[in-house]
Amino acid sequence: MKKTGLFALALMVLLALSTVLYSAGKEEAVEAEGPVTLTYLVASGTDSTQAQVMTDAYTAMNPDVTFEIELRPGGTDGDNVVKTRLATGEMTDIFYYNAGSLLVALNPGETLVDIADEPFMDVVDDAFKMTVAKDDGVFGIPNQTAMGGGILYNKKVYADLGLKVPKSWAEFAANNEKIKAAGLTPVIATYGDSWTSQLFVLADYYNVQAEEPNFAADYTANKAKYANTPAARAGFDHLKEGFDKGWYQSGFATAKYNQGLEMLATGQGAHYPMLSFALTAIKENWPEEVENIGFFAQPGNSASKNGATIWMLSANYIPKTTTGAKLKAAKDFFAFVVSPEGIATMNAGFPPSGPYLVKGAELPADVLPAVNDISSYIDSGNSAPALEFLSPVKGPRLEQFCVAVGTGQMSPEDAAANYDKDVANQAKQLGLAGW
Amino acid sequence: MKKRGSKTALTMSYPNWFYLPAVITFAIFFIWPTLSAFYYSLTRWTIFNATFIGIENYVQFLSDPMLSIGLKNTFIYGILTSGLKTILALPLAVLLTSGIRFKGFYRSLVFFPVLVSTIAVGITFSILMQPNQGLFNVILASVGLPRVDWLGNPKLALFSVIFVDVWKGIGIATVIFMAGILAIPQDYFDAVKLEGGFYIKFRHVIIPLVRNSTFTVILLSFIGGLRTFDLIWAMTGGGPGFASDVLTSIIYKQYQAGFYGLSTAGNVILFFMVTLLVFPLRSFFNSKEIEV
Repeated sequence: MKKTGLFALALMVLLALSTVLYSAGKEEAVEAEGPVTLTYLVASGTDSTQAQVMTDAYTAMNPDVTFEIELRPGGTDGDNVVKTRLATGEMTDIFYYNAGSLLVALNPGETLVDIADEPFMDVVDDAFKMTVAKDDGVFGIPNQTAMGGGILYNKKVYADLGLKVPKSWAEFAANNEKIKAAGLTPVIATYGDSWTSQLFVLADYYNVQAEEPNFAADYTANKAKYANTPAARAGFDHLKEGFDKGWYQSGFATAKYNQGLEMLATGQGAHYPMLSFALTAIKENWPEEVENIGFFAQPGNSASKNGATIWMLSANYIPKTTTGAKLKAAKDFFAFVVSPEGIATMNAGFPPSGPYLVKGAELPADVLPAVNDISSYIDSGNSAPALEFLSPVKGPRLEQFCVAVGTGQMSPEDAAANYDKDVANQAKQLGLAGW
Repeated sequence: MKKRGSKTALTMSYPNWFYLPAVITFAIFFIWPTLSAFYYSLTRWTIFNATFIGIENYVQFLSDPMLSIGLKNTFIYGILTSGLKTILALPLAVLLTSGIRFKGFYRSLVFFPVLVSTIAVGITFSILMQPNQGLFNVILASVGLPRVDWLGNPKLALFSVIFVDVWKGIGIATVIFMAGILAIPQDYFDAVKLEGGFYIKFRHVIIPLVRNSTFTVILLSFIGGLRTFDLIWAMTGGGPGFASDVLTSIIYKQYQAGFYGLSTAGNVILFFMVTLLVFPLRSFFNSKEIEV
């Protein structure tokens, strides 16, 4: 008798719980007919500031739609959050993520809403669409601007020491020796945030494709390797040269990205190999000094083939789990982002760090000097997209190999060979043909 | 048919159904994940599907040239932390069970680091070990010694983390030793009083009679060292480069990269490695245990 009683009680509790859960689910569905709240997953830091600016502007125009911004870490930790949430169907209504090789790993055909045929996509540049497309679908709407990857430099230091912007690696090396002789740090390295170590390799891609025009295709098809392509290996050689010649500041192995920015902005260091989105952070923290920061493309062997490597914009995506009124609202928000009002909002709230790749979108007149530097490479046709936008294979351990070379633990040859193995892992994981 | 005796009566009063909740919980949360981990370690597992590829993950994991660094570091870490904790905790425990004043205060001082979150300890120490403005180097510089790049020097980074691990974990080891010392009957101490001083007491009473505690400390800290992750992750992230990578940080990085099958294979390897090392060690220690 007692046993049955207990059992009945347990059953009742279970039933009660399930009704509560069921009605909670139903309520949400009803609510979506009225005002809509879109959840929005972005990386913390400057990306979230930008998301805040855009969503605030949109809500001001459409009071029915509000946003709840959720933050995730950047880098590989963030990749994991995005992948896990997509896989478990727990993704926010819209989210912000990289384009190119990282997007391919999300299996967009199965997880994301295809927006290829939406009318607002007409203004989006094809060069961008390429980087958010897989098979027949196009999945992302550009967010922010394209970036230059190369060397950010302090123009004041250059003026004080009478230096000229280098067009070849030899000139760059000569400049570095003069800067070192003047008691300043020639090249800032911040391996405490290990992703920052990759620029010498990744931003060298313009020079790689200038010498080996088929590298991206051959690399994707498992024919070209870093280890057997001297032009591609040059990036690793540069890291080693910097270490051997003492170009990096003391304590560089544990220094953080923000310390690097400070050194550059205050002129303690002359060069910082970096993506131009760093300009936003410099402008926020050192608004006086940001006008002294310039950009030049990472120099290669030959001064005649000098050009910049360009990072495509990151994008906003809609997962397939977003449906109904939320999907409609999400698409309308996307249309706003690439509309002239959207671009104007972005210009006002957030200094652009490169071109928008949206037809008709103009950069403001008071754009930062470094952004002008980048634009002039693009306008003169001396630019190429980074390898990660041309090939889906990018080994996840590149940053570790770069740090290992830059701290003198590993030879460039070994790093290139080991990185090739890392790349093979990634290609197999993606199920590419020929690996 | 003969009925079984009183044992049956006891069993009858608790029907087997009573085991069910425990069995279900255990099966769902322990047995099933373990078994599926073995399966997934044999697949190429993306977020959406898993393709069976046999032992390829194991081949790939074990042929990874960086793994040898990780394995070496894991052993250095496990052996050094457990060794140092044992060697340092015993004298501390002797001191803290002796008649010194403010004993309670010192005891809580030694145990305090154990209570702090490992990540917080890691972050704090990485700031203290910062090469230019970090407290450690400021002190070194103020007495005229050269600055040391604690976490940035690839040769030193792992040992800096080991130092912090010992600092943090010594409290537990000390408490275990203290319990062992306090369990020694007073008679033994009285007996050696005639023999002479502290050394005799330490060498011939304490060391042999806390043997069980010694084994516990060695075993616990060795297992802890082999599977350590949080402190290394907070302090160096396995860097610079691969200099302080251990097995667990390699596994985590492969998981981060989306190589779920490969990292699961790494976990299975870690599981067997810890089992193969610890079981023989434990049975050896058990065979040598003593009754006080």
